[in-house]
Amino acid sequence: MTPTVPLREESMLKPASTAASRVRHWLSGLPTSGRVGLALVVLWLVLGAAGPLLAPYDVGAFVSPEVFDSMSAQHWLGSDYLGRDVLSRLLSGAQYTVGLALASALLASATGAGLALTATVCPRWVDEVISRFMDTLISIPSKVFALVLVAAFGSSLTLLLLIAAATYTPGAFRIARALAINLNQMDYVQVAYARGEGRLYIAAAEIMPNMIHPVLADFGLRFVFIVLLLSGLSFLGLGVQPPNADLGSLVRENISGLGDGALAILAPAMAIATLTIGVNLLIDALPGRGRRITGGR
Amino acid sequence: MAHGSPRNRSGIAAAGRLILRRLGSALLTLLLVSLVVFTISALLPGDAAEETLGQSATPEAVAALRHQMGLDQPAHLRYVRWLGGMIKGDPGQSLVANMPVGQVIAGRLPNSLTLAGLTAAVAIPLALAIGILSALYRDTGLDRALNLMTLGMVAVPEFLVATIAVLVFSVTLRWLPSITVVREGIGWAEMLRGYAMPVMTLACVTVAQMARMTRAAVIDQLSRPYVEMALLKGLSPSRVVLVHVLPNAVAPIVNAMALSLSYLLGGAVIVETIFNYPGIASLMVNAVTSRDMPLLQACAMIFCVAYLLLMLAADVCAILANPRLRGQ
Repeated sequence: MTPTVPLREESMLKPASTAASRVRHWLSGLPTSGRVGLALVVLWLVLGAAGPLLAPYDVGAFVSPEVFDSMSAQHWLGSDYLGRDVLSRLLSGAQYTVGLALASALLASATGAGLALTATVCPRWVDEVISRFMDTLISIPSKVFALVLVAAFGSSLTLLLLIAAATYTPGAFRIARALAINLNQMDYVQVAYARGEGRLYIAAAEIMPNMIHPVLADFGLRFVFIVLLLSGLSFLGLGVQPPNADLGSLVRENISGLGDGALAILAPAMAIATLTIGVNLLIDALPGRGRRITGGR
Repeated sequence: MAHGSPRNRSGIAAAGRLILRRLGSALLTLLLVSLVVFTISALLPGDAAEETLGQSATPEAVAALRHQMGLDQPAHLRYVRWLGGMIKGDPGQSLVANMPVGQVIAGRLPNSLTLAGLTAAVAIPLALAIGILSALYRDTGLDRALNLMTLGMVAVPEFLVATIAVLVFSVTLRWLPSITVVREGIGWAEMLRGYAMPVMTLACVTVAQMARMTRAAVIDQLSRPYVEMALLKGLSPSRVVLVHVLPNAVAPIVNAMALSLSYLLGGAVIVETIFNYPGIASLMVNAVTSRDMPLLQACAMIFCVAYLLLMLAADVCAILANPRLRGQ
């Protein structure tokens, strides 16, 4: 049997494997669909980060005398139901959608992984309690859970972030726990216990580094679920509230343009679709252990 | 499987015991779920009496209403009374409709079940065909094309599918109505036209998920040693699939179906609202907008029961599929 750990260290120590060449190597291993996905993800991350800087007009400004105008040199994506510039609103909406979903997904994955590690290294009853609680939460369909939370607490931006994170933490926990429990049985972890290492050290230094790849892939999926959840809520009028608008709100507010097939409604809808499909393509193309473990929207 | 042999009978008993245990654990989960729903919707948001009366209410009026609503009792008593009402089918009075929640829901539940039933009837055969086809032709162009298609469908929000469907079929082609009217005594043709788009939208998401899980279940069977053995024996691939693989894959496939039908529940929230369909999900969205807590709690519990029933069905199929239990 070849021990895998030294092999990995060796390849990391090789002088040729600088960060750039590792990225290049990783890219060359991706199939075309994965590269398309990566390009879409990077595009939306950049647009989400730099959106308002690129926007040609002010988000709330009424700049066109026509409503539901089609493409033109002044307004690349036409105008919306009040004569505002669709491109500017789209860029600002992307910032809300991408920013909120990233923060929520990060919170959900971190909480899920943290609780999973706690459940793994702590005494059995801690695991029983946390797992029972998470199993209960996971038995409430996510949209239903989110609706109950919105009804109880309202939907300010911070609350939406917390609600989306709470909704998808149980799923993240379940996957991270399955990984951590498996790793906890490995010889090297048992040796660490026998050495007398503390629980915190074992969780952080022995288990966590070896489950980081699947947890990251799961983070990508959580991100997609949260984008879909938040834009769904906004589409129902229960998510991001005016004057702020995420991509789902943009589809909702321009719904009267559906009859004309207005760009103002198609553009934000397509933006959501390309973002979520992009992440899915990328995750689906990840090799081996980065693969998706389960669905669950 | 030798029917009626003593070995088989003890296997059935073992499976029965396991299924009973799952049933018990599902009931326990349901109880805990009701506790979570009650805590979030009734205890955490603060005083409903104060909120109903507004800021200018006198303390006496608030106290009177609080007493009338039973809010002056300790939390655990309120929970027990609420749970008792829920079990008896009387979850309280809807604040907005001003009639018993039970009545409001009774008028809507059959509609939601019809929609779910029709969607399942469309989605299951379609998903089976796609899933089995891509498993048989795995790693070919066909499989990759189907994979991309289902991946795209899983990733796209329901309201996008619905919006595009309305744009194409109602606005451009003018074939179908853009809202679904449900009333007594409409003809079959009328009903089919009305249901076509909601069912299509819901089926899109469900089919994609179901097909992916079916593919995984069939591929799992295809990689078993008995398939290799059958092929080495010189059987034709079609015979191997039809006679050897499918009977063994039925239970995992049904398991996958039950799991992915739970996607209907989330999808229904959006689809019923878009098509103005008078079902439980759109009722729940209305309850959220008007903060009608008794109605919201009842709808949420119905969704949780439906979800747990589907998970239970999936569990039972997984137990029945386990050859170690079947043959003991």
